[in-house]
Amino acid sequence: MEYIKLIGILIIVLGFALKLDVLAVVLVAGIVTGLVSGLDFVHILEIIGQSFVNNRLMSIFLIIFPVIAIIERYGMKERAAYLIGKIKNASAGKVLTIWIVIRSIASALNIRIGGHVQFIRPLILPMTSAAAEASKGSKLTEDEEERVKGLSAATENFGNFFAQNCFPASASVVLIQSGLALAGYEVTLSDIASSSIYVMIISIILTIIQVLLFDRKVKGGKRS
Amino acid sequence: MTDFLGIYFPEFFYVLCGLVCFDTAFRARKNRTAKVGTILFWTLTGIIFMLGKVLPPVAVGAMLVVMGCLTVTKQVRIGKFVESTPKFRKAASERIGTKIFLPAISVGVIALILSFVKYNVENDGVVTPTALNGAIMTGVACVVALILAFVICKPKVSETREDTSRLLMQVGAACLLPQLLGALGSVFSEAGVGEVISGMISSVVPQGNIVIGVIIYVFGMVVFTMIMGNAFAAFTVITAGIGVPFVISQGGNPAIIGALGMTAGYCGTLMTPMAANFNIVPCAVLETRDPKWSVIKAQVPMALMMIVVHVILMLVLGF
Repeated sequence: MEYIKLIGILIIVLGFALKLDVLAVVLVAGIVTGLVSGLDFVHILEIIGQSFVNNRLMSIFLIIFPVIAIIERYGMKERAAYLIGKIKNASAGKVLTIWIVIRSIASALNIRIGGHVQFIRPLILPMTSAAAEASKGSKLTEDEEERVKGLSAATENFGNFFAQNCFPASASVVLIQSGLALAGYEVTLSDIASSSIYVMIISIILTIIQVLLFDRKVKGGKRS
Repeated sequence: MTDFLGIYFPEFFYVLCGLVCFDTAFRARKNRTAKVGTILFWTLTGIIFMLGKVLPPVAVGAMLVVMGCLTVTKQVRIGKFVESTPKFRKAASERIGTKIFLPAISVGVIALILSFVKYNVENDGVVTPTALNGAIMTGVACVVALILAFVICKPKVSETREDTSRLLMQVGAACLLPQLLGALGSVFSEAGVGEVISGMISSVVPQGNIVIGVIIYVFGMVVFTMIMGNAFAAFTVITAGIGVPFVISQGGNPAIIGALGMTAGYCGTLMTPMAANFNIVPCAVLETRDPKWSVIKAQVPMALMMIVVHVILMLVLGF
């Protein structure tokens, strides 16, 4: 039975759905998948340990925490709110519209501007949330605050994902090329990159629609 | 020099990450609840960051299992912290002014500048220009930003350590999830999970219909990316298993189909908690009420629309 190898996926789906402890769920999924596929326990631990260490770059953002700790204590959010308050007709949607355009262009040019820890928490979220309050004219409700956080984080992902393939030397474009080459199709990196422009433009337009719809919702909330 | 930039200098920044974890472990001694577990958890995290390169992989794996046992038994907790008051922050922001943005902006600007730096690596007499390691770019930028923050704000070291530990404890085990899911992906590929899935899909799909082929390819990328949490892993498997036989070999333009196949996978990334670094860590970092789904909820409408866009674009542009 080959399908038994899929048990890890089942464990992940159930574990996430039942809101069990994520660390334990992932470890169990990995170990069980390895065991049913005939790998021995020590070898599984080796694979997990090796890959975990190789992926340390994903968690390098830990060293920015002291910076965030300082600038938050010394009033950066308050300053962002003050500056946004001075701009007439500021709104969350407008801030995020500017951000998605900058983020997408930067991503398409392989310029490293972005990141939830580096940009969204210290800069974009305080500005978006201040702008939302300015356009509403009162404090945000807890639900609105939650939506602002979700949208700010989402905008970062949209810009990052859908624009990155416009850069011919990006890791994903290289991977597409080598994947196609394995199957016997030779294409150039710039062919792939230029085919990715449509998706970038459409994603920017859809993002702008989504954030401007949110603006209307926030302003509507004022009347009720 | 090459060894230094490629191997040793990046480790320096992982050592700094380790120190942040150790400081949090040290702070955990003040925890009222789950003191021992919390200290142990952050100490092990720090050790893996600091010594990951020299420890035998099996030891790292075993330490992760211990950490999993700690989190599942709720032995890792957030301590009690005294946060700064709104009054203090308001006064500080009026005193410091717009300069407060400098550290945050310098993180991006310095990393950006460093991303253009290339150095020569000589391999068997062939010299190739190589970009700096990502850890160096982020690491240098953060250290400079930290110095700037100290100069501009003149904070007390003790309060900065307190705040840093609080931030790290709030993010908690979620900060390790991206790495761990990457490790799970490695186990999956070693076990051959991808082959089983692509075999399953290609055995039920009828060949010869372009529209069905395109839809199955796009959905295959989306679903498989959601399972693996990573479009790159999905792309290799699904393009070979579905994209080539059902779409490209029927006359599709390989460059366009390939490019759209990858971004179709990203639609899956937007909807899955498996892509923890994009969807779950941000929840922790932005302190959302719902620790798993806030970001994904905001992304699902976009992802669903983009899936439809991908099917249409593939049919219109690809053939």
